Amino acid sequence: MRRGSLVEGIKRVIVREEYCMGCRLCEIHCITQHSKSKNILKLFKGEEPKPLSGIYFEERGPTSFALQCRHCDDAPCLEACIGGAMYRDPITKRVLHNREKCVGCWMCIMVCPYGVIKADHSEKKVASKCDLCIEAGFPACVENCPNEAVILIDQYGRRVLKEG
Amino acid sequence: MESKYAIIGNSVAAVGAIEAIREIDKEGLITVVSDENVYNYSRPLISYYLGGKVEERNMYFRDKGFYERNNVKLILGKKAQRLDVNKHVVYLADETIIRFEKLLICTGGKPIVPNIEGLSEVREGVFSFTKFSDAKSMLSYIKLNGIKSAVVLGGGLIGLKAAEGLLARGLRVTIVELADRILPNTLDKEASEMLERALVGLGCSVLKGDTIIGVSTTDGVLKEVYLKSGRVIPSSLLVIAIGVRPNLDLIRGTSIGYDRGIIVDDQMQTNIAGIYAAGDVAQAKDFLTSMNSVLALWPVAFRQGKVAGFNMAGKETKYEGLFPMNSVEIAGIPTISFGLSNPQDGENYEVLVKKDGRVPLYRKIVLKDGRIVGGIFLGKIERTGIFVGLLKAGMDVSSFKEELLQDDFGFVVLPESYRKHMIVGEVIET
Ligand SMILES: Cc1cc2nc3c(=O)[nH]c(=O)nc-3n(C[C@H](O)[C@H](O)[C@H](O)COP(=O)(O)OP(=O)(O)OC[C@H]3O[C@@H](n4cnc5c(N)ncnc54)[C@H](O)[C@@H]3O)c2cc1C
Ligand code: SF4
Ligand code: SF4
Repeated sequence: MRRGSLVEGIKRVIVREEYCMGCRLCEIHCITQHSKSKNILKLFKGEEPKPLSGIYFEERGPTSFALQCRHCDDAPCLEACIGGAMYRDPITKRVLHNREKCVGCWMCIMVCPYGVIKADHSEKKVASKCDLCIEAGFPACVENCPNEAVILIDQYGRRVLKEG
Repeated sequence: MESKYAIIGNSVAAVGAIEAIREIDKEGLITVVSDENVYNYSRPLISYYLGGKVEERNMYFRDKGFYERNNVKLILGKKAQRLDVNKHVVYLADETIIRFEKLLICTGGKPIVPNIEGLSEVREGVFSFTKFSDAKSMLSYIKLNGIKSAVVLGGGLIGLKAAEGLLARGLRVTIVELADRILPNTLDKEASEMLERALVGLGCSVLKGDTIIGVSTTDGVLKEVYLKSGRVIPSSLLVIAIGVRPNLDLIRGTSIGYDRGIIVDDQMQTNIAGIYAAGDVAQAKDFLTSMNSVLALWPVAFRQGKVAGFNMAGKETKYEGLFPMNSVEIAGIPTISFGLSNPQDGENYEVLVKKDGRVPLYRKIVLKDGRIVGGIFLGKIERTGIFVGLLKAGMDVSSFKEELLQDDFGFVVLPESYRKHMIVGEVIET
């Protein structure tokens, strides 16, 4: 069975809505992964400010799914960003966001056809979106989805698994 | 000198072109010429700089190594003076000669200067607001002279952004706008009024249906501004921001075709083979009208530059056309407008509106034949891109149109086939 590589080329997280049970664990693990302590208990006991999750969780009747940045091949957010804050990582090809350069102009929100960029007002106004867990190396939402509804695929549509 | 590619202007269209060319052609020399003596700063950020919200080091939208990494020869502080389209040669102001195979003209726009009596006598105190140097000299003028108030002529995008910057510096600001409301070209009356109330709440005066007819000076320094209505405003700072028009200086007198801007085909090529134009100087296909128009907008300039770059490097690429779209935050209220946000011939359109003047919140979607052609989102702007995407996709939304303005609108509401196509795409093996 050929599997996608974790290292090269664009990856995206997709959701198979038929498998999604609506538990929203993906959001909780996303928030935890992007927090300072990365400690789920501290975070949800309110011991530190919660970051925004990189996920828009959509739900209507029996249908639910998690939606996050697609790391588009031809990403309109990169073209619209007046701050030079959105950039493509030259190696992993992820679309990443530099908070320091961001001016909160919301041009990216205007052009992202997936509507997956949030406006973060916690400190200065900045855009906020999924970074595919750049620090951890593997997306927390994928790793923690109990029903494998959220999966990672490469640019050829092949599933990518966590190594080891 | 010889350069395979020559690019005149060093702003966002140029950067889009450089990146595209280098995707295809790693070697061919690119020479970029700019009469501004600065590295590629972001023009829309000059109001943030003026307001003290962005430091100089963050004004640049590509890192310092960009030109070197992309093997670009950068000539700054020199104007391209003359163009010989037959010989494929550009002459710079200092008589440097550049022979090119492919040329991109992205000379942007020039501020429009109205007829105002006494303006030519002013040595200090009147500024336009389109360049980094404008923001810098305005700021030092304010600091040096302890300026406490300012008049801004023009309540469009650039005028309001200048006003924002000045308000952030603690100045009292009066905006003078000829139309009956601010942002008349992009918003409707309702949205304009919400923003105006917020501006007035910050202590800004907004004078509508009025304009400046004269100015007076003492020793060459601006002293008073005279309005058409008869009003006189004492002020030592006037910002003229009534818009920009394509900068055609370089191509006037050549055989390159222009109307308002340089006319280009859907590969961003002018009527002369090998010569391209992009950005604020170009008049290109408009997605909504299928006519050619000048859209002086950042994302448009980037996309056009990129398409031009691909075609210059030999990868045939089509420009699909864009439409007006902008995102601004005025007095703390984020506002996005796109497409035909305020159609005049109302009966041909269906308009959906949701509003709350107290918050304020305003959401409007304009439909034609069941398809989204424009909209305004004020107050809450997250996920607006989905609507812009539906416009581009030409999707018929009539079967779920009452959902469009619901708070939980999202892909879950869209037909399953479109949703899956968008959010899952092709998965070979799971
Ligand atoms: C204050 C302000 C705020 C803005 N805010 C927004 C916003 O929020 N959103 C948005 O979408 N757009 C905004 N814009 C518009 C946006 O900045 C422009 O659409 C964009 O910069 C156009 O890029 P361009 O590459 O076409 O050319 P420009 O940015 O206009 O640059 C052209 C360059 O070419 C140089 N040049 C001209 N002629 C010659 C010559 N003969 N020789 C050498 N060099 C030459 C010029 O000096 C200039 O440096 C704003 C503009 C201003 C002024
Ligand atoms: S933010 Fe939106 S436009 Fe940008 S890469 Fe992600 S999905 Fe694509
Ligand atoms: S909000 Fe930030 S990331 Fe988005 S376009 Fe503006 S500067 Fe770029």
